[in-house]
Amino acid sequence: MSEEIIQDVIIGESEDYIINLGPQHPSTHGVLRLEVCLKGETVKYLNPHVGYIHRGIEKMCEAITYQQIIHLTDRMDYLSAHMNNEAVCMVVEDALQVEVPERVKYIRTILDELNRLASHQLWWCAFGMDLGALTTFFYGLRDREHILDIFEESFGSRLLHSFNTPGGLMHDVHPNFQKRIKDFIKYFREKLPEYDQLLTGNIIFQNRAKGIGYMSKETAIGYGVTGPSGRGSNFSCDIRKIAPYGVYDKVQFNEILETGCDTFARYKVRMAEMWESLSILEQLVDNIPEGDFTAKMKPVVKLPAGEYFRRVETARGELAVYVVSDGNKNPYRMRFRTPNFSNLFVMNEIASGYKIADLIAISGSLDLVIPDIDR
Amino acid sequence: MNSIAEYFTDLYKGISSLWAGMRITGKYFFSPRAIVTQQYPENRKTLKMEDRFKGEIIMPHDADNLHACTGCGICEMNCPNGSIEILSDRVANAEGKMERIIDKHIYHLSMCTFCGLCVKTCPSDALAFGQEFEHAVFDRNKLTKVLNQPGSKLRKEAK
Ligand code: SF4
Ligand code: SF4
Repeated sequence: MSEEIIQDVIIGESEDYIINLGPQHPSTHGVLRLEVCLKGETVKYLNPHVGYIHRGIEKMCEAITYQQIIHLTDRMDYLSAHMNNEAVCMVVEDALQVEVPERVKYIRTILDELNRLASHQLWWCAFGMDLGALTTFFYGLRDREHILDIFEESFGSRLLHSFNTPGGLMHDVHPNFQKRIKDFIKYFREKLPEYDQLLTGNIIFQNRAKGIGYMSKETAIGYGVTGPSGRGSNFSCDIRKIAPYGVYDKVQFNEILETGCDTFARYKVRMAEMWESLSILEQLVDNIPEGDFTAKMKPVVKLPAGEYFRRVETARGELAVYVVSDGNKNPYRMRFRTPNFSNLFVMNEIASGYKIADLIAISGSLDLVIPDIDR
Repeated sequence: MNSIAEYFTDLYKGISSLWAGMRITGKYFFSPRAIVTQQYPENRKTLKMEDRFKGEIIMPHDADNLHACTGCGICEMNCPNGSIEILSDRVANAEGKMERIIDKHIYHLSMCTFCGLCVKTCPSDALAFGQEFEHAVFDRNKLTKVLNQPGSKLRKEAK
């Protein structure tokens, strides 16, 4: 297989047609270029080219302090900004052996789930739109707005919050926080069935999504595909279950696994995860303990020399942060294992052999965020 | 025979699933109360941002044109993007000692990522977030602002 591809790249066949999908194609959701080799309408292979939005975040981290790193991690996977923040914070807290107050853990977990919901809602809108259902875009964004309003009220920004800081939170949440989340849960429980009626049950959508982009469990593990995309192939990879952080060990929730392995299975995982997130929120929102919003920290954070590692589950999969410290206030080396990078490169495996129109559906079902790939 | 039955069940399923979706869009189409769109910019007068909204960095001045910034430079040091520049002067105070005062607190809005570190770390709480969000200009130099107003002074704490 691989030799064949190499030969094709070098020699090419006369009837093959190589087109570039992107970097400005709307359905790549960012500046991603897919070099697609077509035979007729069938994708023979595709070759992702990354790096159009590379900002050198890992390198930039080496020059700034740990508090300042937080705002850069927002800009990797901007739809899971809170989880990215939390990963870095937890690495620092681990290294310094700071015990964060219980209140912080609860609030962080709640925000994780809110962020996951907002991200899945946006994915739902965009996925529908990729497949030609423009209506979904408006309905998804309508509901996402409610979450963003909660964010805006509590920490002033809607997408890139920078709300975590090593040791706790930047400031306390707004007094309305709990009430608004409860309102939102009630509201969204009514609205979520609409999503199913609008899109899941739609015959056009089903015909386009079912049976394409087959990713076996072996492939998923082999490429390190995590998050809902991996769980759609029955690969149990939920960090919230495997290595609980925050207060995930205190809440009841199911890891959603699907055995369909196709685009529709990945779709179903995300839809079910929205229900799970709602139930996690419900269990937590009334139980936020009183207390400080941050642990006592020194103004200059210096990690003891050594290596530190932490993983979290973002809306798209496993984010791992690896820090090498030499005892200074800047990290010696910072490395992010971002979920989208692995999720992207499985594309050649799961999209070749299908039609080019299916490629859009497949890439939509992987829910790629390009700045996270290039970082 | 089989394929004909299949054809009609597909047709039926297709129409019913289409109907399920159309019912929802129809419901919202005929209920004006469900409209969530805000008529921006027509509603500019009534539009109010949340109190904590991070629109820009401001330095609150009181009625006597006094602010709280001592010119210590901590915000400049903590800003990850170099969006703050402190130009300070040294002047003699009443007792004849040299004292550092702020000359210009320069803020580059165009480079700010609204991380909030300057507001959080300022020891005298001299900075705050403003709610202004319409920052579009034709010349990016207009986004460089001097935060301390001309003629303003440091507020002396009542001792
Ligand atoms: S704004 Fe605050 S931190 Fe910045 S120079 Fe003035 S007093 Fe210091
Ligand atoms: S909010 Fe952040 S980026 Fe903006 S001026 Fe303050 S410290 Fe700098």
